[in-house]
Amino acid sequence: MCLGIPGQIIAIDDAANDIATVEVAGVRRKVNIACIVDEEHPVDSCLGDWVVVHVGFALSRIDEDEARLTLALFDELERAERAASSVGPSASRS
Amino acid sequence: MRYVDEFREPKNVEQWLANIGRLAEQLPLARERPLQIMEVCGGHTHTIFRYGLAELLPEVVEFVHGPGCPVCVLPMGRVDDCVALAEHPRVTLTTFGDAMRVPGSRKSLLQAKADGADIRVVYSPMDALALARRHPDREVVFFALGFETTMPSTALTVLQADKEQVRNFSLFCNHITIAPTMKALLDDGALRLDGFVGPGHVSMVTGTRPYRFIAEQYRKPFVVTGFEPLDLLQALWMVLKQLADGRCTVENQYRRVVGEAGNKTALAAIERVFEVRAFFEWRGLGSIDYSGVQVRDAYARYDAERKFSLPSLEVADPQACQCGDVLRGSLKPWECRVFGTACRPETPLGALMVSSEGACAAYYQFRGIRCQPLVATDTQPEPVR
Ligand code: SF4
Repeated sequence: MCLGIPGQIIAIDDAANDIATVEVAGVRRKVNIACIVDEEHPVDSCLGDWVVVHVGFALSRIDEDEARLTLALFDELERAERAASSVGPSASRS
Repeated sequence: MRYVDEFREPKNVEQWLANIGRLAEQLPLARERPLQIMEVCGGHTHTIFRYGLAELLPEVVEFVHGPGCPVCVLPMGRVDDCVALAEHPRVTLTTFGDAMRVPGSRKSLLQAKADGADIRVVYSPMDALALARRHPDREVVFFALGFETTMPSTALTVLQADKEQVRNFSLFCNHITIAPTMKALLDDGALRLDGFVGPGHVSMVTGTRPYRFIAEQYRKPFVVTGFEPLDLLQALWMVLKQLADGRCTVENQYRRVVGEAGNKTALAAIERVFEVRAFFEWRGLGSIDYSGVQVRDAYARYDAERKFSLPSLEVADPQACQCGDVLRGSLKPWECRVFGTACRPETPLGALMVSSEGACAAYYQFRGIRCQPLVATDTQPEPVR
């Protein structure tokens, strides 16, 4: 029910009413983007942005840097662990 | 980046499972009893079952399925009201597909439609408004339900209807809020929860602040998270890490989507159109104070509850149902006395069997079948009891 799906804004259809075409999982939909438009992000600048779409409304812009950090957190942990185990007594653990 | 496959990468999932296992081993508490972490949101319940995550976790860590499926907690009386609305000769009732099969005391919307009521499934409340524009002779009512994730869309639709002065459109408002319900669960005392993974899409609207009381007053770790397997496992690890460090705070694993303050425009729209109800009835949980919203007086003409007279009766849940205990997390779905017998997805007795986000349906559908194995394991799923 609270499902939101990532999609990319591929056209602005009606800037006055904040309506854009978003490609969501391969399907193109008319989506209301009022909630992700503000002074910093005027309608026309939203083209190409990735957003989370829920029941026809874009409710959040997806932040690529944050996404990369989340994915990188794992590598970091692994590195830290390898470092710890190479100096620790359990260095022989596979 | 397409923000889906990257977060399903089997190698990463396997590694996070290993991290969780190692961390759980270090927790003294986990030696006494399994750690119980509640996933509040039905979307998370769905992910857990769809990917078989519960079976992949070390034995000492358990997910407890929470009440966060708006369809599952809809009380019978409200379904009956909705059916009554749909049977009104001038009304075209519009709804999300999820709500069609929720049992009422007389019938579900699906049965009402079969009996001739004008009921249409829509993808968005805006589609309902479009229908109202096209059919000025009909009263188009939208069955509004959902948590804060869905509220902005119905609020913005009401504002749009008001802007265009569309008079034949209204909401049957059943929106609910998650925080008061979590408080009710925590006060219940019957549950022994060690922490929470919090709803990602509610939080993209509300931000992470509404959960602070859970960390501050109830001293439970709370980690807001996304809906891919990697998100859930990372969040689970973050909860265990807090337990290991003796901390409890609200953390945000879903930073790519959720900001601390939520979405300003969406919150403003909600605030304009809706106000808190004194109480709202939840299926299986009973009445919870301040847990629902209603349409403000300023938009009364878009409120179906004021536009039409409704029976509004309170209807008790069927006796055999143990949905309340499952919703509270104190009973596993398969422990319900009618699970898989009288109550099945084709003939649901309780709403938890209706939506694939309901714990019972998710369990029934995915347990033992494991549609999309991410990690090969040689452990067999337990037989359904
Ligand atoms: S099996 Fe059916 S009646 Fe029992 S808790 Fe689940 S939905 Fe409710």
